[in-house]
Amino acid sequence: MNLLRAEWTKARTVRSTWWSLGVATVLCVGLAVLLGLSWRNNQDRIATGWDAVRNGFLSLTLGQIALVVFGVLLASAEYSTGTIRASLAAVPARGRFLAAKLGVSALVAAVVSAVLVLGTFVAAQTSMAEFGVSFGDPGVPRAVVGAWLYLTLLCVFAAALGMMLRSTAATLGILIPVLFLNSQGLGYAPGVREVAQYLPDQAGVVLMQATEPDAGLFARSYGFGGALAILLAWCAAATGGAYLLLRRRDA
Amino acid sequence: MGIRLLSSPVPTTFEDSALPCVLPSVDRVIEVRQLSKRYGSTLAVDDLTFTVRPGRVTGFLGPNGAGKSTTMRMMLGLDSPTSGEVLIDGRPYRTLDSPLRQVGALLEARSVHGGRTAHNHLLWLAQTNGIPASRVTEVLERVGLGGVRKRVRTFSLGMGQRLGLAAALLGDPPVLLLDEPVNGLDPEGILWFRNLARDLAAEGRTVFVSSHLMSEMAQTADHLVVIAAGRLLADTSTAEFVSAGDTLEEAFLRLTGTT
Repeated sequence: MNLLRAEWTKARTVRSTWWSLGVATVLCVGLAVLLGLSWRNNQDRIATGWDAVRNGFLSLTLGQIALVVFGVLLASAEYSTGTIRASLAAVPARGRFLAAKLGVSALVAAVVSAVLVLGTFVAAQTSMAEFGVSFGDPGVPRAVVGAWLYLTLLCVFAAALGMMLRSTAATLGILIPVLFLNSQGLGYAPGVREVAQYLPDQAGVVLMQATEPDAGLFARSYGFGGALAILLAWCAAATGGAYLLLRRRDA
Repeated sequence: MGIRLLSSPVPTTFEDSALPCVLPSVDRVIEVRQLSKRYGSTLAVDDLTFTVRPGRVTGFLGPNGAGKSTTMRMMLGLDSPTSGEVLIDGRPYRTLDSPLRQVGALLEARSVHGGRTAHNHLLWLAQTNGIPASRVTEVLERVGLGGVRKRVRTFSLGMGQRLGLAAALLGDPPVLLLDEPVNGLDPEGILWFRNLARDLAAEGRTVFVSSHLMSEMAQTADHLVVIAAGRLLADTSTAEFVSAGDTLEEAFLRLTGTT
């Protein structure tokens, strides 16, 4: 409890936290309104089986970058500023330090993601007007929870990766291309897709859709449960790696 | 007090002080046992063995690059020794509960996020060890940073050192490890630190202070641990070390065979 409070104090007393979370909110919710209006005015492009939930959540794929920046900075700023030496002198048990760090990243991300997902959903579906769906429609609650879990776990993954790589530039340099290139293309390219579909953002796409396409571009060889397992596996791998490196490396 | 200490290079505060001890334990010795640290082909610390005792200021002396900071990082469990160990009150640092209440450390390299205020930096540190927030204000006053609201990024070197000392004092620890504490302090700050170190030792604490400034150490330390190129050269009282009648610099250079 003491350690969680301390990590929360660290997070709330630097400006980058408020900047990144503010930008995430503006990007997700603001862009959702624009995308919703865009869909409404391009009705001829809306085919049958069109998933209003997934398309309404498109802005999350951009806004997630700001949330990832928050998660990475929480970890990498320890190293760029030298705070890590003070942290480990105060909390020499590496496992407890890492648990508190990732715990706070998870708690903050869970609260912020809830706001982002609900705000984005309402903004997008309202601006889509008659094409929008409401919370009670089939598949919607699961997709909303899925989007929330995805953003929360992605932030934890980003923080754990930041603890492994220690550098803001290196961590973002890996994460941003993976999160963008994949969603924007690799995940849909034949041949590459078979492997790329197991990357975190692709699991996210499956988590935040109301319908599971069984063929075509968006088809995946796993469902909601599989996607959640994939994300948890990424988090577990990054956390395990961060713990081993933290124990072995000199601070 | 300050004037008296200034004029007496080998003060005797330890022997003649009969201050009641308010610390949880007076016998907080630091034992460095056959400590070595290798970086690739460089042996930064080479088989160091010495003991730091409470109630006096022990100076850790050596030229730049002698291995002082590496040794101090190993004392704090930040770096792992290649071989050997450091025990504080019989235990390795990494196994201490609430370490800030047992060992206060000032590290040479800055270890503060520049975007935080001094108060917020000490606040999270205090929270990790369950130290009440009121203590933050206390130590900031004690080091002369009370009422300073600006971000650490804008601090001068001297203010940064004072903040580091505040962090070391936060848990009211019986053991203090201070790496180059007078670095960047102005003459007034140096005198202030000298009195602080001597007061802490007079309270029965174990005070271990590294420096590459010989003349400064001659005036602050009762005992000296001298190293060069990672090896122990001397572990003796300051009086004995400079007994030949010359300065500490001359004694040091004679010992290292540089002259």
